[in-house]
Amino acid sequence: MVNLVMATPERTVIERAERATEPISTSTSESAVPLTFQVKNLSVWYGEKRAIDDVTLDIASNAVTAIIGPSGCGKSTFLRCLNRMHELVPKTRVEGTVLLQGEDLYSSTVDPAIVRRRVGMVFQKSNPFPTMSIGENVIIGLRLNGVRNQKFLNERLEKSLRMAALWDEVKDDQQRLCIARALAVEPEVLLMDEPCSALDPIATAKIEELIHELKAEYTIVTVTHNMQQAGRVSDYTAFFYLGRLIEFGPTTKIFTNPSQRQTEDYITGRFG
Amino acid sequence: MHLQRADNHTWRKAKSGLASTAAFVSALLVIAPLGLVFFHLVANGASSVNWDFFTKLPTPVGVVGGGMVNAIAGSLELLALAAAIGIPVGVLGGVYLAEYGSARVNSMLRFIADVLNGVPSITWGVVVYGLVVLRFKGFSAYAGGLALGLIMIPLIIRTTEEVILLVPNGYREAALALGVSRWKTIVHVVMKTASKGIITGILLALARVGGETAPLLFTAFGNRFWNHNLSEPIAALPLQIFTYAISPYDDWHRQAWAGALVLVTGIFCVNVVVRILTRGRTASVV
Repeated sequence: MVNLVMATPERTVIERAERATEPISTSTSESAVPLTFQVKNLSVWYGEKRAIDDVTLDIASNAVTAIIGPSGCGKSTFLRCLNRMHELVPKTRVEGTVLLQGEDLYSSTVDPAIVRRRVGMVFQKSNPFPTMSIGENVIIGLRLNGVRNQKFLNERLEKSLRMAALWDEVKDDQQRLCIARALAVEPEVLLMDEPCSALDPIATAKIEELIHELKAEYTIVTVTHNMQQAGRVSDYTAFFYLGRLIEFGPTTKIFTNPSQRQTEDYITGRFG
Repeated sequence: MHLQRADNHTWRKAKSGLASTAAFVSALLVIAPLGLVFFHLVANGASSVNWDFFTKLPTPVGVVGGGMVNAIAGSLELLALAAAIGIPVGVLGGVYLAEYGSARVNSMLRFIADVLNGVPSITWGVVVYGLVVLRFKGFSAYAGGLALGLIMIPLIIRTTEEVILLVPNGYREAALALGVSRWKTIVHVVMKTASKGIITGILLALARVGGETAPLLFTAFGNRFWNHNLSEPIAALPLQIFTYAISPYDDWHRQAWAGALVLVTGIFCVNVVVRILTRGRTASVV
């Protein structure tokens, strides 16, 4: 397993195969599946305000987990805790543990930059760097992480663009460019914070198709306020409300037979 | 109320007309001095701006002719020295204010920079005179460059900070989310995005100190000959204009006008470059 403290850019297939295979906790799923993240009793404060309240949740490998819930329920904060991006907000405090492949993300010896190399992220608003060409945008993560080998960069550029289904496209779809950029550093996990909320239906369909294809190689966690989308793309769904995890389980169960009243009310559109 | 009979209709119209007239006159008052200055400079100086002016040294008193080549070169050397001091400190200071530091310390630093921007430029000359000229027992190009560089620092700090704060946070987050370190994110993404704005600030600061005379009076001191050693006094265009303008000789007066015309034209050109830079902004950023 790759060590968080000393992760190297080039990881091997063997390392991927060695992923942790602890059984998922009974509260979240019935069968044993390999896990990428194990979140235990996570609480987050912004100053005095508690944004996440004691959330325990396992995230399965090579599957899509959707986080749903009304605005301000903490779903984005939760996502940002998975690659320590929330630390950019001043006066943030985190309690509880987050394990990535069994390693504690919040251990004092862990460099957040290395966490973020392994756990990539795509944002709600596409944000390609305006001073760079498409190609430069895609490989910037590798270049700024010290990769100088031009041949390697070119190969990775092509591979990332192909995976993001951009290679054959002339017109620049900015959000898929951002996905290609995130994939270029070869993360294990891809976090997506409402990746389609600023897109038209056609572009949304393309991204959703892409998510389907990417889950063969990546663990994906996506935040969405669009329940139909969560239903279409995800294998597991977590429903957050007021900072708490109300219900978590296979998407089909959450959408057809939720066990909590609040989940049912939200899914059926009684509040939102 | 009837549309035709708003009772104070005429009075309102009069007020509106009065206000726009006042604004127009104020605008004229702003533009007029610029026009007058240019007109006078061209009228009095254009005839003396010739090949000799750019290639010859000043002539001894009483000998008509000569030029200001040493002062033009001296000004450029002083600006280079000032840039070597002012740009790195100013840009890094601006980066610090925008990206690091606590809110309290930063608002204090910002206040100090604003106060320094208001300090009369001759004060900087006195400070450098006390710190450098007295200690090393002599006027020098270094002292002049230092005085100008110190004036540039707070100017560049503030403009750099402003344009860096304009860079949307999404770019920082995108780079950090790729596992890029904080410093590399700032240099390769944030500063690169803001580069036009930063360069604009630097050019404006150079244009500002390029025309300064007072801080050079007792630092660079001036020189009627070529300066071959930066630890010796050096000529500068504004200083030469000052010396010639207060002299009793007609030929020197003409040369002072010519010098002023050249100086103003140079600063004007820098401002045009700044305009061009700020016009072609990419992707509505900075």
